[in-house]
Amino acid sequence: MLDGQIIEIVALSLRVSVFAVILAALIGVPLGALLAVGRFPGRNLATMTINALMGLPPVVVGLGLYLLLSRSGPLGILQLLYTPTAMIIAQMILVTPIIASFSQQVLSDLHAEYDEMLRAMKATRLQVMGTLIRDARHALVTAFLAGLGRALSEIGAVMIVGGNINHATRVMTTAIALETSKGNLRLAVSLGLILLGLAFVINIALVVLRTRLERQAHA
Amino acid sequence: MPDPAPRGNILPLDTAPGHNRRRAETAAWLLMAEELRYERGGRCLLDGISFALSPSGITALLGPNGAGKSLLLRLLGGLIRPDSGRIRFDPAFDGSTGMVFQKPVLLRRSVRANLDHALRIARIPRRQRTGRIAELLVMADLTHCAESPARALSGGEQQRLTMARALVNKPRLLLLDEPTASLDPAATAGFEALTREIARMGTKIMLVTHDLHQARRIADDVIFIHKGRIHEQGPTTAFFAAPRSPEARAYCAGTLIT
Amino acid sequence: MKQLATIAAMCLLLPLRLIAGEGGIILQSTTSTQNSGLYEYLLPLLEQDTGLRVKVVAVGTGQALKNARNCDGDVLLVHAREAEEAFVANEYGLKRHDVMYNDFVLIGPASDPARVRGAGSATEALRRIAAARVPFVSRGDDSGTHRKEISLWKTAGLDPAAGRESWYRETGSGMGATLNIAAGMGAYTLTDRATWISFGNKAGLEILHEGDPALFNQYGVIAVNPARCPGMNTKGAQTFITWLLSPRGQKAIAAYRLNGQQLFFPNAKGKTAKGE
Ligand SMILES: Nc1ncnc2c1ncn2[C@@H]1O[C@H](COP(=O)(O)OP(=O)(O)OP(=O)(O)O)[C@@H](O)[C@H]1O
Ligand SMILES: [Mg+2]
Repeated sequence: MLDGQIIEIVALSLRVSVFAVILAALIGVPLGALLAVGRFPGRNLATMTINALMGLPPVVVGLGLYLLLSRSGPLGILQLLYTPTAMIIAQMILVTPIIASFSQQVLSDLHAEYDEMLRAMKATRLQVMGTLIRDARHALVTAFLAGLGRALSEIGAVMIVGGNINHATRVMTTAIALETSKGNLRLAVSLGLILLGLAFVINIALVVLRTRLERQAHA
Repeated sequence: MPDPAPRGNILPLDTAPGHNRRRAETAAWLLMAEELRYERGGRCLLDGISFALSPSGITALLGPNGAGKSLLLRLLGGLIRPDSGRIRFDPAFDGSTGMVFQKPVLLRRSVRANLDHALRIARIPRRQRTGRIAELLVMADLTHCAESPARALSGGEQQRLTMARALVNKPRLLLLDEPTASLDPAATAGFEALTREIARMGTKIMLVTHDLHQARRIADDVIFIHKGRIHEQGPTTAFFAAPRSPEARAYCAGTLIT
Repeated sequence: MKQLATIAAMCLLLPLRLIAGEGGIILQSTTSTQNSGLYEYLLPLLEQDTGLRVKVVAVGTGQALKNARNCDGDVLLVHAREAEEAFVANEYGLKRHDVMYNDFVLIGPASDPARVRGAGSATEALRRIAAARVPFVSRGDDSGTHRKEISLWKTAGLDPAAGRESWYRETGSGMGATLNIAAGMGAYTLTDRATWISFGNKAGLEILHEGDPALFNQYGVIAVNPARCPGMNTKGAQTFITWLLSPRGQKAIAAYRLNGQQLFFPNAKGKTAKGE
């Protein structure tokens, strides 16, 4: 495998996972905020569901999504199967519960502190949620990075809905699986090392953010 | 600390609500508490609380630790609901209330951003906000640390910031929970001048304080509570001249055992 | 926030437009053909000649047939003749064409504890493995290779899968993963020759039995029936098949070499190519 191809694979991995995490954040953070702030029937059930969904096996997500996106499935008309979009959706489904659950925890804590102050200002529920999200943004970014780690290292779902198509949907994990099955263990290991390196970079970012967060919490 | 007196005078005229309109009001009270009762964990924390809050001036809420002063303030501010009894408001009251909590709660943002946030929630148009923030910063003597993280301020500075924040919507009713507990003498004097000025311009102030001299200096009347009940209320001069209840007398003498 | 949402929406829709706007086809095929590197050699030649872009989804033959039945591919290239003919008979596909063949080989540890080397036929070799109760790994994934293996056991009058024999292990994985497992535990297994030649982790395994006509491995190509699957790129599928069966395509298949060895032997339209 050529260097150019490795770059292509790493780039697609990042593109798919980063967008999956952005979408998951756009859904998960407001959802977490709603659960942290809102008082409505079914709130506990929703919380439990989200926590349970955190442990969702990627293969199950892949299979469910395959059945939906298959051309003979209900959403087949969109022709999304075997595209990066399908992979983005799959990873988004996997990452959203993580971000939602983490957001709920962080925002609940902050809400306990800010609640009376904001109610005294007569802030609307939306304003309360906005204030909490803004003040918790550093903590939330750590959730995004954790989600990115999960998305990048996931294989079960992207293999099924992406199809590991060369130059189209081949990402790091599926390429590693392929090279392993070809017996190209050396190449598989070097791809694995790149993945590990990325995970390392993400974790450095996490630590840096956490220190900043602690400094801020102290302030 | 600069001389406190000018700080009080710097108060922008529009910080207080338009009081001319309210001069014409005839209601004898701004709000009326009727038999308020509040329980938590099987304990009755407030009971039989009834009083009328005069439409203007400063009312001091006195009482020993744990008497229920902060709870009562929360009830009046609508942050908690009484288990029984009710609070009636003067129909002319627009509901605008400012609140300063005993423990300052500040956003994890700069001093300026804290004020800007409160102004935004009070629906002050963006164009007016910058000017208002500058006024409020001068009033609270915080101009020098406008860009500092609010939670890095000293205790006294934080209390002044929460005071400035409570004033962004020019409230008709201001509920202050020990706002000078961490202020130095000069800042306290500045605060007292400021509250007097705000009250003069038509804002009703209810002030919780343990500083009896302060109550004597600025309060027009006093409500004294002990163990969740009102034991005495009346004009400041009368209260301090001769407290009628034994609890109030002991409290003023510093010998009340709770 | 709003900008982010717009960018995200764009990125979500972009691949949709790419796929819809481009006249490529999806080929459902087997791991053995992909792992051998054949497509990386063939597809650029095809694209040069016809301009057609082909996306390969490589799974087991059984999975490939199922995916195609769900209309998730325009064309099939697999190796399980009976199943392919049933696929066409049930009108899931248009017409089945022979494309090429190679053969299966029985591999195992060089020490050959079951003494498979001297066996006169593939079934005899399997009987020896069963008798010696030495580890044998099966694909167990309903692939073409798996089906071939099952039919060989049947001919041998044995059914180790049903007997839950401890020496018989089903991996449920692709050929490469199964070979890795065989290498890891020094077991016997059946593999197509192309995958074996291109496999990089042979680790003491070698071919112990080959050449039995029963080990013949025929690949067929089928276009998915557009009557059942509207919106198929049937034209693209036909272009692909026509090129593959054309003298140019057939010559390209024969020309593909790995480590100096020919992996696939073209035999479209009854054309006969020489064996190894
Ligand atoms: N949420 C609650 N649950 C149970 N008890 C409470 C709750 N909030 C307050 N209390 C109790 O109610 C009593 C009155 O509390 P409150 O904060 O009003 O006292 P306070 O008069 O403001 O005292 P201090 O002068 O110390 O501020 C205290 O004994 C307190 O422990
Ligand atoms: Mg208190």
